[in-house]
Amino acid sequence: MTDIITDSEEAGFASDRTQSHTLGEAFQAYVNRVRGGDMGALPAILGLIVLFIVFGLANDRFLSALNMANLITQAGAIIVLAMGLVLVLLLGEIDLSAGFTGGTSAAIMGLAIADKGYPWGVAVLAGVVAGAFIGLLIGLLVSKLGIPSFVVTLAFFLGLQGILLKLIGDGGSVRVDQEVIRGITKNNVPVMWGWIFAVVIIAVFAALSLRSHRIKVAKGLQHQPLAVVIARIAVLAVILLAVTYVLNLNRAPNPGFVIEGIPYVLPLVIALLILLTFVLSRTSYGRHIYAVGGNPEAARRAGINVDRIRISVFVLGSSLAALSGIIAASNLGKVSTSSGGSNTLLYAVGAAVIGGTSLFGGKGKALDAVIGGLVIATIANGLGLLDQASYINFLVTGGVLLLAASVDAITRRRRSATGLG
Amino acid sequence: MSETQPLLELRGINKSFGVVHVLHDVDLTIYPGQVTALVGDNGAGKSTLVKAIAGIYPIDDGEYRFDGQPVNVHGPKDASGLGIEVVYQDLALCENLDIVENMFLGREMKNGPLLDETTMESKAREVLASLSVRTVKSVRQSVASLSGGQRQTVAIAKSALWNSKVVLLDEPTAALGVAQTRQVLDLVRRLADSGVGVLLISHNLTDVFEVADRITALYLGRVAADVATKDVTSRQVVELITTGRSSDVDGPAATAKV
Repeated sequence: MTDIITDSEEAGFASDRTQSHTLGEAFQAYVNRVRGGDMGALPAILGLIVLFIVFGLANDRFLSALNMANLITQAGAIIVLAMGLVLVLLLGEIDLSAGFTGGTSAAIMGLAIADKGYPWGVAVLAGVVAGAFIGLLIGLLVSKLGIPSFVVTLAFFLGLQGILLKLIGDGGSVRVDQEVIRGITKNNVPVMWGWIFAVVIIAVFAALSLRSHRIKVAKGLQHQPLAVVIARIAVLAVILLAVTYVLNLNRAPNPGFVIEGIPYVLPLVIALLILLTFVLSRTSYGRHIYAVGGNPEAARRAGINVDRIRISVFVLGSSLAALSGIIAASNLGKVSTSSGGSNTLLYAVGAAVIGGTSLFGGKGKALDAVIGGLVIATIANGLGLLDQASYINFLVTGGVLLLAASVDAITRRRRSATGLG
Repeated sequence: MSETQPLLELRGINKSFGVVHVLHDVDLTIYPGQVTALVGDNGAGKSTLVKAIAGIYPIDDGEYRFDGQPVNVHGPKDASGLGIEVVYQDLALCENLDIVENMFLGREMKNGPLLDETTMESKAREVLASLSVRTVKSVRQSVASLSGGQRQTVAIAKSALWNSKVVLLDEPTAALGVAQTRQVLDLVRRLADSGVGVLLISHNLTDVFEVADRITALYLGRVAADVATKDVTSRQVVELITTGRSSDVDGPAATAKV
């Protein structure tokens, strides 16, 4: 049989190099990926840096330890809600009701404590189970009846407002003053433990990265140069230690008081981030979520139960929404009839998209929610400090979201032009 | 070569959809290490036959033998359990996943609860190397970045990954350029040479004559001929496809009973 595969093509498989040899080459490869349109969270990280510089210059209180702690408690609820939406967006679906799912779950938790006197653990569980149940209903309607998720969750968006009104009563609110619940955002990790957590996370991350690198090298698999692995560990270490340092400063505005330590919401967000990242990237369930988002027909033919993946993702997304509602209630000290309303949901969708999760499905990470959530919270926080009229806040946030969606659409076009994933 | 034991043997298969009788007493034999081409005009029943083999359509009557044993195939799971893999025309790959992830999709190898990425990557690399696939730069590049021919290559390599015994290829070269068609046909040949029985569905007689050992021609749901490629000419096959008979073909069952 004549073989017209040329020598250069013959060499093609030889160029299946298992390593980009030097740091420089790895950097060049990264630059090429970015220029090809595979930007990931890069625009959001750059945006966050710009925002920090602008607000830091405009108002000297912005970078104070007190405000940084505020920023983190404000971002917490947005980030957790956005994590749920990242999962739903990965399937190419949307959950418009996630905000009110959080509000309703928080109301159930609040009433369980205030009216029924249940212990906080039972109340939180009741709230999260309520969220999961809402997600189950949405998932069943979307996958079994085939109604577009936009319509199903729009109906739930309206319906859940009604349930929230019925639970709380017109214009009323439920006080959330249980110590542990309030403590999620109001109490701080003891300074010592904050440092220990930070160091342990860095050490574990470093050990796992180096171990996986060593295995890949030993088995001759594709891997990054050691320098990149070490650089990644170093970046994580610097960020974690810097955040821990700032939050461990005494940030009490009045002398004589001491407020220091990491707000409990931060370790909670980090734990969720690690858990979700692990599920999405290391388990076959996570792999199947990406597959269903990328090509449901291919997933079905590969023997994946597409309906089960869809339903479970809506359940997970709504459970995270419930957690987010509880964090918001902790921060606010109450649940009102408008909890989870107004722009809660849109902020979270914005956070996911700004962080680099695609609205078209199949592309996104849990980390996107954290970075995007920080961007959204920073805008609100910074503009608040500058005493701007609230219309400015809406205009700026809307502009940033539009920018992020444009980046998503443009990079998508570039990716298909250059053929990157 | 027909003295070797056939891998898959269909005898007198009938299939109707309501009043439409699509397959009439179809016989089909696939031998290990051979490429059998299934040719026929649009509506001749090629796709129906493939779906019947793959277990997607239940057959009305007829005998389905695999490795000499009569078997019952009631669904795609039964077929893949026997070692029958189908590569459909639209490939069914996830563009957002890389080559390794696509090859193991739905059958990921695990290490406890975790994905065993190292073993999967090694195995994928091994299979691609054994099929002499040289056009793929990296097994960790995403499928979105591959050309049509490379995607076809990945889809075929995926079917070879599972120690499959029979691979059905639905028009693998339909949308490809000249050089890519060449690569895919070479791959089909190598797949057969490794001992797999390959059924190649194609409209392109040049491809068929290039790579097939046997040709089965369907005409209006009947087998018009089942011949060795070397015994026929392209003109005769065209006659078989378009009229169901050819005056000078002297293979077995040279004419269909229309």
